[in-house]
Amino acid sequence: MKETPLSNCERRFLLRAIEEKKRLDGRQTYDYRNIRISFGTDYGCCIVELGKTRVLGQVSCELVSPKLNRATEGILFFNLELSQMAAPAFEPGRQSDLLVKLNRLMERCLRNSKCIDTESLCVVAGEKVWQIRVDLHLLNHDGNIIDAASIAAIVALCHFRRPDVSVQGDEVTLYTPEERDPVPLSIHHMPICVSFAFFQQGTYLLVDPNEREERVMDGLLVIAMNKHREICTIQSSGGIMLLKDQVLRCSKIAGVKVAEITELILKALENDQKVRKEGGKFGFAESIANQRITAFKMEKAPIDTSDVEEKAEEIIAEAEPPSEVVSTPVLWTPGTAQIGEGVENSWGDLEDSEKEDDEGGGDQAIILDGIKMDTGVEVSDIGSQELGFHHVGQTGLEFLTSDSEEEEMIILEPDKNPKKIRTQTTSAKQEKAPSKKPVKRRKKKRAAN
Amino acid sequence: MAEPASVAAESLAGSRARAARTVLGQVVLPGEELLLPEQEDAEGPGGAVERPLSLNARACSRVRVVCGPGLRRCGDRLLVTKCGRLRHKEPGSGSGGGVYWVDSQQKRYVPVKGDHVIGIVTAKSGDIFKVDVGGSEPASLSYLSFEGATKRNRPNVGDLIYGQFVVANKDMEPEMVCIDSCGRANGMGVIGQDGLLFKVTLGLIRKLLAPDCEIIQEVGKLYPLEIVFGMNGRIWVKAKTIQQTLILANILEACEHMTSDQRKQIFSRLAES
Repeated sequence: MKETPLSNCERRFLLRAIEEKKRLDGRQTYDYRNIRISFGTDYGCCIVELGKTRVLGQVSCELVSPKLNRATEGILFFNLELSQMAAPAFEPGRQSDLLVKLNRLMERCLRNSKCIDTESLCVVAGEKVWQIRVDLHLLNHDGNIIDAASIAAIVALCHFRRPDVSVQGDEVTLYTPEERDPVPLSIHHMPICVSFAFFQQGTYLLVDPNEREERVMDGLLVIAMNKHREICTIQSSGGIMLLKDQVLRCSKIAGVKVAEITELILKALENDQKVRKEGGKFGFAESIANQRITAFKMEKAPIDTSDVEEKAEEIIAEAEPPSEVVSTPVLWTPGTAQIGEGVENSWGDLEDSEKEDDEGGGDQAIILDGIKMDTGVEVSDIGSQELGFHHVGQTGLEFLTSDSEEEEMIILEPDKNPKKIRTQTTSAKQEKAPSKKPVKRRKKKRAAN
Repeated sequence: MAEPASVAAESLAGSRARAARTVLGQVVLPGEELLLPEQEDAEGPGGAVERPLSLNARACSRVRVVCGPGLRRCGDRLLVTKCGRLRHKEPGSGSGGGVYWVDSQQKRYVPVKGDHVIGIVTAKSGDIFKVDVGGSEPASLSYLSFEGATKRNRPNVGDLIYGQFVVANKDMEPEMVCIDSCGRANGMGVIGQDGLLFKVTLGLIRKLLAPDCEIIQEVGKLYPLEIVFGMNGRIWVKAKTIQQTLILANILEACEHMTSDQRKQIFSRLAES
């Protein structure tokens, strides 16, 4: 089947959302989707789910004759297949480009990095060695196949046990799993690929792109690293120009992500080991929830605004009221007087503080009229501004209130993304700035009168 | 005559055909045969009862039963072609035996005549557009089937179109138009430039398009929005800011998997903020 075409409005929306640092599923720019690792009953079989992308990995071994020029080393064989159930666009003969690219990347990541000790796979030099075969099948395509595949490959390899062999002189004995426990492979390190998608000629960067984000991206950078911060492979595709510091920054991010993923993998392996030792049930059937038949579940509600209201009330309660207003009327000309904010424009302070925010970037705390704001509280920010202006005076209130009513800020995840909120707050303030000018002009008119 | 017929039917189905009335609300599997009410009287006793006027009686008592999605007529019975729950709707007025259909969950769309769908223009060829509607073939849309069609205001490749099918069967390429039978657009045509298009299951679309749908009313109270539902599982949403649009898209996708209580909770939380 042909792939569903991407409409113009989707592409435009995605790019605009990325410019505002918003992703379709509410993630941050450097966030991975949920990774779930489950093991089968056989050793060496695992399914890795990265969000909705699913890869099945299976490792098997066989005794063969070694290659002629590498008589003492075992043979590794990697194969990634894009199953037709992964996406309607995958047909038996059709996806050759993508397939070749993915296979090549997997080979470079796992074979050239020498993560598996091939010398230990030798049984009789020159005659018999182990051939380890890793088969990866893509079961569902929702973006970022390469990361999921690399995790599946390394997890399957770590989970695999090969039959034990003993060599006594000329005699080679291969033990069945019943006679002797199978032996794990000797793995030096665990290389994991991390993908970075670039948009707008390298201006914006996303980690772990979704399938739709992959469609609109300009280029992709894949860094394979292990937890010792050694880079195993780097590949940049799509023909974008990347600056040196961008690549360095990506490698730092990759280091952090790989450490987290490696920890997750080790924990999953340990859990499975424990269950098998204790004689509990293991396998794919156990890891599927059997009360529900829906294949895909939403793991968390997309919006969590539950504590915003309490926080807002707290902040407002704790906030100091702004300074008292000078209430003496000022006579400009006979018949015209001004009551209210006082002669001096106290909004000048706000403007200065705003400019500081704009210049200083997102890391400063926003200070407003002596009230310190918490990060999660945009709604209350506006609320308190409104309150502040109410106290300050009656002039020009119509402008302000109408403006802020339009400015309904909806926070996706207030607790988790301070960065997002700060950009929004500055944008809110920038939008408020023009609103003050007409008010000032009004005052000047009165002064003229 | 009834006996050999029932024996043949049993051997075909492999099991005794059940009366549709008794199976309402239960899960049926493809290949099952269902008997309509007047037939089960004849088949039940195995034709042992004498029916001197059987032919005439059958002709008189035959009512017009509509065979909905998931069912197919097979001789005098209904043959189930999809797995799901069997449903029945009584006729509103006049004669007729009502409608029987199978409620099933599906994500892949099959074009049906009269359905309003959202399509993506993929190509222009000759004087028709090729529009992808999510089916096995792209539908064709003529240049002239828009209200006020001129050379200037044609859709471009990549635009979203809301239209309905005039021809949709399994033997031909589907054809769609953006005007109704009077020649008016009636809401159809090119959908605006901004907004987000996303895909959901067909069952959710039918639920959302049902009259007095709670979800739509609650969503409408949240913020001003524009929304277009296509029966092919595509929804187009537009709100004032990107965040609001994303929230709406996420809510509608999540509605599938939430009970009504969970949904009310989320909406009340959103309405507060």
